[in-house]
Amino acid sequence: MEIEKFSYDNKIVRNFGYATIIWGITGMLVGLIAALQLAFPEFFNDYLGFSFLSFGRIRPLHTNAVIFAFVGNAIFTGVYYSLQRLVKARMWSDKLSYINFWGWQFIIVCAVITLPLGITQGKEYAELEWWIDILIAVMWVVFGFNMFATILHRRVKHLYVAIWFYIATFVTVAILHIFNSFALPVSLMKSYSAYAGVQDALVQWWYGHNAVAFFLTTPFLGLMYYFVPKAANRPVYSYRLSIIHFWSLIFIYIWAGPHHLLYTALPDWAQSLGVVFSIMLIAPSWGGMLNGLLTLRGAWDRVRDDVTLKFMVVALTCYGMVTFEGPLLALKNINSLSHYTDWTIAHVHVGGLGWNGMFAFGMLYWLFPKIFRVKLYSKKLANQHFWIATLGIILYAIPMYIAGFVQGLMWQEFNADGTLANPEFLETTQALAPYYMLRSLGGLLFIIGAIMLFYNLIKTAKSGNLLANEEAEAPNLRLSNAKASGKQFWHRSIEKRPMRFMLLSIIVVAIGGLVEIIPTMIVDGNVQTISSVKPYTPLELEGRDLYIKEGCYNCHSQMIRPLRFETERYGEYSKSGESVYDHPFQWGSKRTGPDLAREGGKRNNTWHYQHMIRPKDISQGSIMPAYPWMKENNMDLSLMETKINAMRTLGVPYKKGYEKIAAKDARIQAKEIATDIVNGLPKKFKKGLNLDKEINKLRKKEIVALIAYLQRLGVDIKAENEANAAKGKTAEPTVSDSTNNLKE
Amino acid sequence: MLRYIKHNMTEIEGISIYPILSLLIFTLFFAVMLTYVFRMKKSRIEEMGDMPLKDSSEDITTNFLND
Repeated sequence: MEIEKFSYDNKIVRNFGYATIIWGITGMLVGLIAALQLAFPEFFNDYLGFSFLSFGRIRPLHTNAVIFAFVGNAIFTGVYYSLQRLVKARMWSDKLSYINFWGWQFIIVCAVITLPLGITQGKEYAELEWWIDILIAVMWVVFGFNMFATILHRRVKHLYVAIWFYIATFVTVAILHIFNSFALPVSLMKSYSAYAGVQDALVQWWYGHNAVAFFLTTPFLGLMYYFVPKAANRPVYSYRLSIIHFWSLIFIYIWAGPHHLLYTALPDWAQSLGVVFSIMLIAPSWGGMLNGLLTLRGAWDRVRDDVTLKFMVVALTCYGMVTFEGPLLALKNINSLSHYTDWTIAHVHVGGLGWNGMFAFGMLYWLFPKIFRVKLYSKKLANQHFWIATLGIILYAIPMYIAGFVQGLMWQEFNADGTLANPEFLETTQALAPYYMLRSLGGLLFIIGAIMLFYNLIKTAKSGNLLANEEAEAPNLRLSNAKASGKQFWHRSIEKRPMRFMLLSIIVVAIGGLVEIIPTMIVDGNVQTISSVKPYTPLELEGRDLYIKEGCYNCHSQMIRPLRFETERYGEYSKSGESVYDHPFQWGSKRTGPDLAREGGKRNNTWHYQHMIRPKDISQGSIMPAYPWMKENNMDLSLMETKINAMRTLGVPYKKGYEKIAAKDARIQAKEIATDIVNGLPKKFKKGLNLDKEINKLRKKEIVALIAYLQRLGVDIKAENEANAAKGKTAEPTVSDSTNNLKE
Repeated sequence: MLRYIKHNMTEIEGISIYPILSLLIFTLFFAVMLTYVFRMKKSRIEEMGDMPLKDSSEDITTNFLND
């Protein structure tokens, strides 16, 4: 058999490796800043109260950076290394590899610039604006195309299971990203989600749930199936199990969110079935974890010496814990306690730090000596990194679990007379201060570890030489097999195999996806409309855009659950008909502050004004950031016409021609609110002021629009209830007069 | 969170077919997959499992690194 000579591209592996570490440290640092803001809010408000550093803007930067920059680059590092070797071929196109590399880094830089400026779509883990979304899609396709072309030009007959995971990752992430990102741009820096309310929530969490599955899990499992056997120098424990693991994981995972939703819409027996399916996800997840751990059977002694194996064992253990916890969190009774609390934060960090982080570190410690053809600079330092990182995870996760329990239980606690034991939300936040401090310490340790890794690997690289093109040789089994069989058919079938495989993965993934998407589309016509729910006034719409810009949804939900302790605290539970005009929805997923779904009318405009400027003056001990720039910045109504038009295109019933007078309406409403704010100020503030001048100044400011929006939240449904209660009597007009202009 | 919109679903016509269909697809999927996996030849399984380890060029260049 003829032996072919070729070479592997190690330079691209090195580049992605460095990018992984640099962005990893950056993303974690941003996370640390966010964590410190919750632990020491006063310090940040007094000394670092910059708009671009405020929690609502940098929390999305943290999540996007660690998911797409750190984990994303780690995926590319591992895939570019292992794929070439598993198919015994160089990447199909060096050019595409480098376009993939630089394109991805460019996207990250765009995120680093836009997110702190408040340029966001306001959907969790999908915050980046429309043109960055397009760039992501293009770069992802470049990666996928290069991968497929490489696979088609392989020198081996069969595809190892790791490659299956890579292929499934590629197709599913593409589908998720494209469907979730549908948006209507109103300018280069602003767009509205094509979906609204319930529908938007469904699509977003279908994306969110499966982004965890297909960006943080499947690619890393593929890497696990390559690097654990490599590092342990023995084949995977059971290849049969890995096949079962693959198909059942990609099949069940995408169902987990959907059937949870679907079956609960159905009779009791079906609901129970839904829970059973969620629990079933434990099986493939643990199958994979055990397959990885058992690969080390008979080689456990090596774990003591081999730092890569140490990291990988902890990574797999964390994966096991987090995939056991996940299905439990899907149980109704546990979810009612855990949801909106720091329990979720603990859960995702066991996954992020433990599974993704530790695995990426282990992989890098193994890779750098290989491609630089030298021993690791310091094994001792790597060992110290291992312990400091493990300690960091523990110090992060345990306080957050406790914080979750403590706050969840405090929310639920009732006095004997049936009133809430902690009626002030703030009391429950203040109870968490020590945990927030400990958590920051845990995060700091983890970052110190990552910096040690960086130093160690740079030293390693410097002491060796990069083997940029690693010579290799292999018989071309793919072609020789085809020739030997002498049949055109056989040849073609082998050529087609990866394509057939991709198609099969799409189908398997799509089944779960469709089961969710179809009802999503039908549900649109089934959302009970509430006649009193009207579109936002132009000023409220502008305020809503500012609410999204400042990232308020990162700490405030707008979704009151039909549970007694919720309705007692916030008021009537949220109805799906209330958010039919919300592009995007703002239900939120975490309550660092209270729910705002019924905020409108609870407090006066002056309260909101003073609270936004200096929260702690109004609520003692508040950890909310101050927003002083909102009383300095003028609101920008120049896009109002386009915005109203865009909203109408998306199905919001603004009457024709309204866009022409929308900005004027906004100004009228702004003046009303500004007047109310200034008149409501305590006497000591008003002394010596020219009130008219103050009102004139204030009415142009962003803060007025935001207050208009906050005062609108939940007002429509209250008006409906009051009207019903009064039976025939007309309800007090609670919304500004300009709302009337919206009626057909 | 999403379960609080369930009243939207109950009104969809013929929704009860979903769980039955889902269960069928589910069972069928696993039956086919398990049959395929357990009918695979042992030699093939071993060959596949060894794939990451059979990288001659790399073993030559890096074996000397192992302690």
